[in-house]
Amino acid sequence: MEEKEIFTISALTENRSGMLNAISIIFTRRKMNIEAINVSETEVEGVSRFTIVVKETFSRTEQVVKQIDKLVDVLGAFLYREDEVYYQEIAMFKMDTKAFLDNNTIEGMVRNNGARILVIEKDHIIIEKTGHRKEIRELRDQLEPYGLLEYVRSGRIAISKSKRKTHVFLKELEKTNYFEKENKYQ
Amino acid sequence: MSTTVVKPKKVKAESITGSEAVIKSLLNEGVDTIFGYPGGAIMPIYDALYGYEDKLTHVLTRHEQGAVHAAQGFSRASGKTGVCFATSGPGATNLITGIADAHIDSTPLVCITGQVPSGLLGTAAFQEIDIIGISMPVTKWNFQVTRAEEIPEAIAKAFYIARSGRPGPVLVDITKDAQFAELEYEYKECKGIRSYKPTPEIDPVKIEEAAALINAAQKPFILAGHGILLAKAEKEMLELVEKAEIPVASTLLGLSAFPDSHPMYTGMLGMHGNYAPNILTNQCDVLIAIGMRFDDRVTGDLNSYAKQAKVIHIEIDPSEIDKNVKADIPVLGHAREVLNELLPLIKKNEHQEWLGEFARLREIEEEKIIKSDTIPTEGEIKMGEVVNLVSEKTKGEAIIVSDVGQHQMMSARYYKFNEPDSHITSGGLGTMGFALPASFGAQMASDRQVVAVAGDGGIQMTIQELGTIVQYNVPVKIIILNNNFLGMVRQWQQLFFERRYASTELVNPNFTEIARGYGLAAQRIETREELGGAIDEMLAHPGPYFLEVNVEKEENIFPMIPSGSSVEDIRLE
Repeated sequence: MEEKEIFTISALTENRSGMLNAISIIFTRRKMNIEAINVSETEVEGVSRFTIVVKETFSRTEQVVKQIDKLVDVLGAFLYREDEVYYQEIAMFKMDTKAFLDNNTIEGMVRNNGARILVIEKDHIIIEKTGHRKEIRELRDQLEPYGLLEYVRSGRIAISKSKRKTHVFLKELEKTNYFEKENKYQ
Repeated sequence: MSTTVVKPKKVKAESITGSEAVIKSLLNEGVDTIFGYPGGAIMPIYDALYGYEDKLTHVLTRHEQGAVHAAQGFSRASGKTGVCFATSGPGATNLITGIADAHIDSTPLVCITGQVPSGLLGTAAFQEIDIIGISMPVTKWNFQVTRAEEIPEAIAKAFYIARSGRPGPVLVDITKDAQFAELEYEYKECKGIRSYKPTPEIDPVKIEEAAALINAAQKPFILAGHGILLAKAEKEMLELVEKAEIPVASTLLGLSAFPDSHPMYTGMLGMHGNYAPNILTNQCDVLIAIGMRFDDRVTGDLNSYAKQAKVIHIEIDPSEIDKNVKADIPVLGHAREVLNELLPLIKKNEHQEWLGEFARLREIEEEKIIKSDTIPTEGEIKMGEVVNLVSEKTKGEAIIVSDVGQHQMMSARYYKFNEPDSHITSGGLGTMGFALPASFGAQMASDRQVVAVAGDGGIQMTIQELGTIVQYNVPVKIIILNNNFLGMVRQWQQLFFERRYASTELVNPNFTEIARGYGLAAQRIETREELGGAIDEMLAHPGPYFLEVNVEKEENIFPMIPSGSSVEDIRLE
């Protein structure tokens, strides 16, 4: 049996309503679970980037990427193994201001974990941490005993290590003249 | 890339309603026939249609499923894009089976649905349904129009997407307010979409590798799929087959791409295909798959499928490469273009000994199955003998539209196709009820005789379309092979479920009385002696004709590869 791995799928799409559904049903159809998903704008106007993380076998993931790539409104879909991308997630932790003030250790944890304090209000503070899931998890474990009020973590954003792929791809896209015509659609 | 910007033909702007823009856009795309069914949310479009009756034939079916299957039949017989209309809500959902069928069988369709006014979207308004969401998994592309000025571009894009690359169905949903609103109409044909590469560029290295492999092959074997017909690559494939002397077999959807009478044609692949091509799939050294997708009904157990062979996969859709069968040499591209690149590199060759192996196995199948299927001398009428007689009497020149089940396999096995685009059936989805509406759609697109073959089960799923056939006097010939059973399911129950015939026996109506009630000429026969004369009478009749043939009740289709078995384990009994 083929082993499951973590894969990052990066898909460049037209910024069009329904894209999220069009992409997600490709996973639904194969009963594949999406671990994390993030949608953001790109350096090219009107083009969105979907960053999707899955834990799956290579062959199943490869098929899914091909089927995403096949969608008419997808400009390109790319598959990356863990060592082929730089990736980060962002988390925010809400804590009681009193707990924070009473325990000097929290500030140390924030500093030692490369996090920062985003907000200090009368009744709560917000700590922000950017990093890999494991690092965020570690900070969370440390903060938990001091009364974590709320915690939120984003999906992954990733950028490929290779200079080819999406970079060259988008440059080529910019050269084509479809933009003016197509943008009417959005 | 093939997507170049071409200065579009400009049509002078004028102020018209969205509805009229729909009709004008269809005319700009060369549409002459629409299949559909009106209702509240599409009434403005129907109103606009009223003024264009001299240019556009609208065929009012009896159910939206009939409309979409008819559009499929129209498309498959003509190569044009089929067009259908339906209203919002149930009208739109009734299209879904046909859209899914067209999607899996790569048939270009443009489906236009009415939608509730844009202000009511998402409110569960009367006959409101999220058809964009519902149709997304079964369309190549869909789009909701909420403003009249989006209409010309949406329709231009729809036609371009439907027919380019690997064809498929698209759906354009138009809200009622967009149909009423006015726009400055200007039509520009769509020539390219930046996010869409319909036809991959051919890699010359792959062409060279494929040619080298074919030239060195001792036992090459071609699998011809629907892609040959869609790409109109029949002549090029024939040239390849004859030059390198390669035996060729067809998928269900690829039937008629290669003439049955050709000495290098070895039959149909798959579960109920022919004996030789299935067995020899596992003995060939080079497997050349052209425009086919290694469906499970073709391959059987993948773990024991053609493991000895090097696989060349010529395919337009990159997502089909390595999906089921790993390709040693994937050749992406349009089948005709690929073959044209490949042909000059192919050496003249001979494979008489290898062809002899097909002939030897063919003999076994002839003796054990084909003879008794097609020219039985005793017992009740057999499905195969009806198809065989129709084949002889139409000289293999008719278009056969079959439904789904045993009669479908008999039609595929025993009709001797001489011309391309002569076999229309629901292959991937296996939609019972397909044949009757698809047959009159096909007949409306073609001057050739269309013969629908259906079972007593399938015909009753869309039997109301007899009304459409009469209303438009479509001279299609309909043959019902009646065994009062859901025969294919019954066969499986007999072979794999210990003859526990759960809900497969049908108490049927008097079909010929129903047909006559609709106004068709109809006849029912029960004996072998009547058969030839009845088929002659049917074919000689100028208008539509309904022939019911009572056939053997518990006939089985063989050969058969049991589900999940290897192609080489094909059973003759």
